[in-house]
Amino acid sequence: MIELRDVRKAFGKNNVLRGVDVKVARGESLVIIGGSGTGKSVMLKCVLGLVRPDSGTILLDGKDIRLAKGDEYLARFGMLFQNAALFDSLNVWQNVAFRLLRGPSKRPKRKAREIALEKLRRVGLGPETADLYPSELSGGMRKRVGLARAIATEPEIIFFDEPTTGLDPIMAGVINDLIREIVKEMGATAITITHDMASVRAIADMVAMLHAGVIKWIGPVREMDTAPDPFLRQFIEGNAEGPIKALR
Amino acid sequence: MKALASLFATVGRSTLAMCAAIGQVAIFCSITLSHVIRPPFYIREFLSALLTIGYFSLPVVGLTTLFTGGALALQIYSGGSRFNAEAVVPQIIAIGIVRELGPVLTGLMVAGRVSASIAAEVGTMKVTEQIDALVTLSVNPMKYLAVPRVLAATVALPMLAAVGNVIGIMGGYLVGVARLDFSAAVYLRNSWNFLEAADIYSGLVKAAVFGFIVALMGCYHGMSSDRGASGVGRATTNAVVSSSILILASNYLLTELFF
Repeated sequence: MIELRDVRKAFGKNNVLRGVDVKVARGESLVIIGGSGTGKSVMLKCVLGLVRPDSGTILLDGKDIRLAKGDEYLARFGMLFQNAALFDSLNVWQNVAFRLLRGPSKRPKRKAREIALEKLRRVGLGPETADLYPSELSGGMRKRVGLARAIATEPEIIFFDEPTTGLDPIMAGVINDLIREIVKEMGATAITITHDMASVRAIADMVAMLHAGVIKWIGPVREMDTAPDPFLRQFIEGNAEGPIKALR
Repeated sequence: MKALASLFATVGRSTLAMCAAIGQVAIFCSITLSHVIRPPFYIREFLSALLTIGYFSLPVVGLTTLFTGGALALQIYSGGSRFNAEAVVPQIIAIGIVRELGPVLTGLMVAGRVSASIAAEVGTMKVTEQIDALVTLSVNPMKYLAVPRVLAATVALPMLAAVGNVIGIMGGYLVGVARLDFSAAVYLRNSWNFLEAADIYSGLVKAAVFGFIVALMGCYHGMSSDRGASGVGRATTNAVVSSSILILASNYLLTELFF
């Protein structure tokens, strides 16, 4: 469904992506792991069109995304940002229903609120949170609202950017389970980027390890623990020594 | 020799940086203008910006022009008395406020209040990925954030300047009548009769241009903000400084034009 072929991107002299090749099938959940600054977020932003690759091709359903119409293309995606990226000036339900209140998916206000409340319920938030503002929410609640916004229009593809960062382990587990359940029940294709190995095991069908701008290893999650790749081993075991050089 | 080369390098770098900044602002301005005429239009955002920029700036503009009008009355009286021309106080205040001080003071006060707040708001949205979120939700950030604010400021500033003009003249009137023993009726008649329509229009056109500059600089610096709190802080400072300088520079150019 989504395919990246030899995608390269540099910011000045910093070559972030040095030829990424990866494929995600429809309905599959791919988790991309890798250290900070290895280009995971840039890769997602390239697919969304937020960053234009210097070279290479990105295909969605076999079609080059450069030929796609912006609004129709983006309408197929939902995204949960690292810090949820909720709009401070709007309350919770208006954040969730953002796409339902404007543009091609526009519905009457009452209907949009109904859908927002339903999505909030799906992520475990009651109607009493609907009129709160993002500044009044805890970290876990913000992630849930971000998740509700990402699924509000039931997109075919959902991206999760470090969904458990900044959460305690129990809340991280809750968010992981929610993501897994929602992706399954919607039949959506998911790409998640994370450092959190608990997230990987909870969310992934496939795992890809990105290091120094290239995919070092890709395979099913069940093969991850037995794979001999030294980069992958060092990352999942959290070793300071190994082929990935860490600053001390 | 080395010091000379270093001097030329510094001057060259600054010149190139300035040219790049002018180019970026020009591109940002043309993109904003191109979105003004193309749907979708975010009416709610426009009205909200109109309220924030226009209505909530009334106290600061009113107080500024009131005190300036009063001080101007004393200064003109003092200067005029040197050649027995104390009677020109109402006329000079009227023309000075309406053609020059009303729009410029309104522009500068709104630059301090609004340009900074727009840059801080948009800059924070950028560093917290809210602008990226807008794009993924199929909303163009230029249309949603920049166009409503720029349009609202361009509409609001002439209205604010008009109110400021009246309050400024009234500041002069209060001081003139209470402190300088002018007759209230004569003061008002002299102020009103002396003004021509072109004085008022030219001041309001200036205010509209200043409004455009204030919001454009706020949005531009907000959207170009670097990461982190210091990036947003820098964006806010740059927005106020650049909009103030541009207001004063464009004021001279517009005055030449209307001269």
